Amino acid sequence: MSAPVFAAATAAPFNPLLVMILVPLIGAAVVALMPKARADLVRQVAVIFSLISGASSLYLLSEFVTKQGDFQFELRHAWMKSFGISWHFGVDGISLFLLVLTGVLFPLAIVAVDPGHDHKPYYAWLLVLMAGSMGVFVALDLVVFFLFFEIVLVPMYFLIGLWGHGDRIYAATKFFLYTMFGSALMLVGIVATAYLHQRGTGGDWTFDVVEIASKPGISTGASRWIFASFALAFAVKVPLFPLHTWLPDAHTEAPTAGSVILAGVMLKLGTYGFVRFGLYLFPEASRFFAPVLLTLGVIGIIWGAICATMQKDLKRLVAYSSVAHLGFIVLGTFSLTKEGIEGAVLQMVNHGITTPALFLLVGMIYERRHTRNIDELGGLQVSAPILAGFFTLAMLASVGLPGLNGFPGEFLALAGAFKGARWWAIVAASGVILAALYLLWAYQRVFHGAAEGDNATMRDLRLVEGLVLAPLCALIIVLGVYPKVMLDRIEPSVTALVEHMQHAEGGGR
Amino acid sequence: MFATLLQATGAGDKLVTPEVPWSHLAPQLILVVGATVGVIAAAALRGRLRRSVGAVGAAVVAGAAIVSIIPLWHRVSNPAQGPISAVNGAIGVDRFSLFVTALLCAAVILASFTAEAYLQREGLDGPEFSLLLLLAAAGGSVMAGANDLIVMFIGIEVLSLAVYVLAAMHARRISSQESGLKYFLLGGFASAFLLYGIALTYGATGTTSLLRVQSFLAERVLTDDGLLLGGLALMLVGFAFKVGAVPFHMWTPDVYQGAPSPVTGFMAAAVKTAAFAGMLRVFVVGFASYADLWRPVVGALAIASLVVGAVMSVVQTNVKRMLAYSSIAHAGFVLLGVDAASAEGTAASLFYLAAYTAMALGTFAVVTVVGGSGDGAHTLDAYRGLGRRRPGLALAMSLFLLAQAGTPVTIGFLAKLGVIRAAIDADQWALAIVAMLTAVISTFMYLRIVVAMYFAESESESDDRGELRIPWGVGVTIGVAVIATLVLGVVPGPLEHLSDDALPVLVAVDGR
Repeated sequence: MSAPVFAAATAAPFNPLLVMILVPLIGAAVVALMPKARADLVRQVAVIFSLISGASSLYLLSEFVTKQGDFQFELRHAWMKSFGISWHFGVDGISLFLLVLTGVLFPLAIVAVDPGHDHKPYYAWLLVLMAGSMGVFVALDLVVFFLFFEIVLVPMYFLIGLWGHGDRIYAATKFFLYTMFGSALMLVGIVATAYLHQRGTGGDWTFDVVEIASKPGISTGASRWIFASFALAFAVKVPLFPLHTWLPDAHTEAPTAGSVILAGVMLKLGTYGFVRFGLYLFPEASRFFAPVLLTLGVIGIIWGAICATMQKDLKRLVAYSSVAHLGFIVLGTFSLTKEGIEGAVLQMVNHGITTPALFLLVGMIYERRHTRNIDELGGLQVSAPILAGFFTLAMLASVGLPGLNGFPGEFLALAGAFKGARWWAIVAASGVILAALYLLWAYQRVFHGAAEGDNATMRDLRLVEGLVLAPLCALIIVLGVYPKVMLDRIEPSVTALVEHMQHAEGGGR
Repeated sequence: MFATLLQATGAGDKLVTPEVPWSHLAPQLILVVGATVGVIAAAALRGRLRRSVGAVGAAVVAGAAIVSIIPLWHRVSNPAQGPISAVNGAIGVDRFSLFVTALLCAAVILASFTAEAYLQREGLDGPEFSLLLLLAAAGGSVMAGANDLIVMFIGIEVLSLAVYVLAAMHARRISSQESGLKYFLLGGFASAFLLYGIALTYGATGTTSLLRVQSFLAERVLTDDGLLLGGLALMLVGFAFKVGAVPFHMWTPDVYQGAPSPVTGFMAAAVKTAAFAGMLRVFVVGFASYADLWRPVVGALAIASLVVGAVMSVVQTNVKRMLAYSSIAHAGFVLLGVDAASAEGTAASLFYLAAYTAMALGTFAVVTVVGGSGDGAHTLDAYRGLGRRRPGLALAMSLFLLAQAGTPVTIGFLAKLGVIRAAIDADQWALAIVAMLTAVISTFMYLRIVVAMYFAESESESDDRGELRIPWGVGVTIGVAVIATLVLGVVPGPLEHLSDDALPVLVAVDGR
């Protein structure tokens, strides 16, 4: 790297990564042991623990050294020695902002939504989920990654099943089984990676991502099979067409906090997995499968948009819009260009800001009107102008209006795709227009027109609700106007990744 | 007995009675003597003993057996001395047999605590219950150390007879009687198969000692090994029956359903462990040179068990039957480790068995509580709303079920990882893939129970089943199982070391 001077910069007084994972876990234990009757106290404790974890993610951001593509804040501790598994954690530009996003979204989700019943388990599960999500983004060991990747299912399963709406049991079970099915084969793939790597290089068994990537020893044919097993797991999680059908159900039936976390953090596990474990470990196989994944991504963009247009349920509409947005991330990633991957990473974070904001707003509308049916809503901007204002901003960001945060990521992803995968990019670009269509149309139906009945008397935002939305909206504007803050940190890592891929492929096997 | 054996195998014209180094057999002796003394004491003092004496006594005896294992373990771990054997090489004392014995004793302790509460609730007399557990463990321990096929047979019979009686222990419940009888009849068949297999093996090799079988096969190439293959096949049938592998699993659902719940837990945990220990010893070590021939068969058994166990478990409505089929699927997972026929495979199998012991005993302890008076409430309906009625119990049950499904941060995940690794290491890709896919199907079944406990609306609030009591014995079992499932799932180091070291070795060194 160009700046060896900064190499010793990880000499922070403590390692924030551990704090970010362990504090929510401790919080969950504390919450679980508190008396059931004190719902407010439980909530305050949960907020405090999630804030500590979130604050250390901000501390991580401030201590993170820019212009450096390597992993920082690395930690390694042997776990199962004979298997070559170690607790290996580290951050680079690709995972940094996903961690910060996790650290920001969880406290907001905890503050914003009251579950209504069973407060204690609700907050405990949310804190476990927070720890698991943090763990996924810092894990640099395949088994440890898998461990966190799977463990997040359990709290989300209970969150949807116990505090969800409507057909929550069906949605929760479908969510669990789909994801489990995807990752079952990934476990075989992970063990195969370590086994073939050990056989190819003649060293010890290791599941360490960095080591496996630095010493390639897996034949082209085998790495394609393994990549396929990884891709299946990630494709379910993203979700890619045609494996996306769990998403509308899970998002719609989940409690608002669950939808916020699902859209903001958990969908990124798949796209992040593609970048970290797909491209990084199996460059050749990524290029081999890129046309397939690009096609599925583009289908997702169009299909998600079409489905979103036809939804009658506002929350379901936002859920389908996620399918479309995640398609752009896949498009950027598998353009395999520097711009495309940068755009993908940027879009992961930005989608994690706008869509949770939309879900929060939909949740607030539902709380007031007890319906999410677009036909029953109308003219809300008369009775709730502030809510309408926030909704406009989040919606425009989601559409990708220049100047708001949805734009730079989508633009870079499309620009990268134009370089690396032109025809897909051309089709995908029409998705941008479709997004404008369904979101604006929905906005028009919900907020414009004459307000009748309950719609006319709907209460506007409370102060707390405004305070929850304010940080997200501030980020929408700041990151839209000045994405350089993020790009400075993302770029070196992406450049290193692209160079690594070229090197690995050029070097031949 | 051994003398006649030796004579038969041509050890000499003169009867040589082998010297028995009793200290090497301390764990087995403690178990057998403890059980015998217990039975006599129970008969002599009938009615004058408190019920809990039996459970506590069994736990103390099993605990003493575990303590007696520690010096032996150190002794055989010492490279200067190495593994030893007793009774003229017929019983091996190596880390494998010691590990399995310790596991069985742990199972006895946990099962007897559950049984204590069960007997109390059902108003059943009898310290015999706990003492039979001890006898069964002694039998299993002999199986784990058997260097001779006849000794293996003795071990399996001691184990099985004790468990037949245990299954029929609830004398007032017809289903328990039926379960015991079924198990006894089918188990008798299996024993016959095993014995016939031993006979054929003897016919082919002229010996029943695994050690001499090994050297016999090393020195000679059999031009016609039909007899030996027949013997291997029949022995495999016998073991497959005992572990409950498809297609020899037919008894499992019925017997598991009918047997008293604590016994079912013990059967799932200990009987499986002992039978797999015997299987590993006979096939992976004794007939290692025939691995190419028996491995495909074991692989087929594994796939059949995984698929049938997972698929059939999903369509059940009785929780005990669900868990019975899930135990068949678990047997399939352990068979993955057997099929690998390697040191990794054996270690992974042992780890899996240890993990399953903790999970199964915990699960069936919960089942015992939920079963209620009469041990009859085992439908999914009985679990409806358990999350509200007994949050702690429901949480523990969810943990056991998710661990069995292989969720990370529990021991179940590491167990699955181990056998998958062993299978891939042995280039058994298809087995690994089938195993993981069936794990997803099983997960659906585990989730059905979780859904019933937490999500199902209790339709009628008036349907008051009364407060479920959690007696202290069950509490202990559940607590220990929860700790084992979670702590060993995060810090597997100690158990991993032990199971890695615990490889069976065939030696005839009657060390002093």
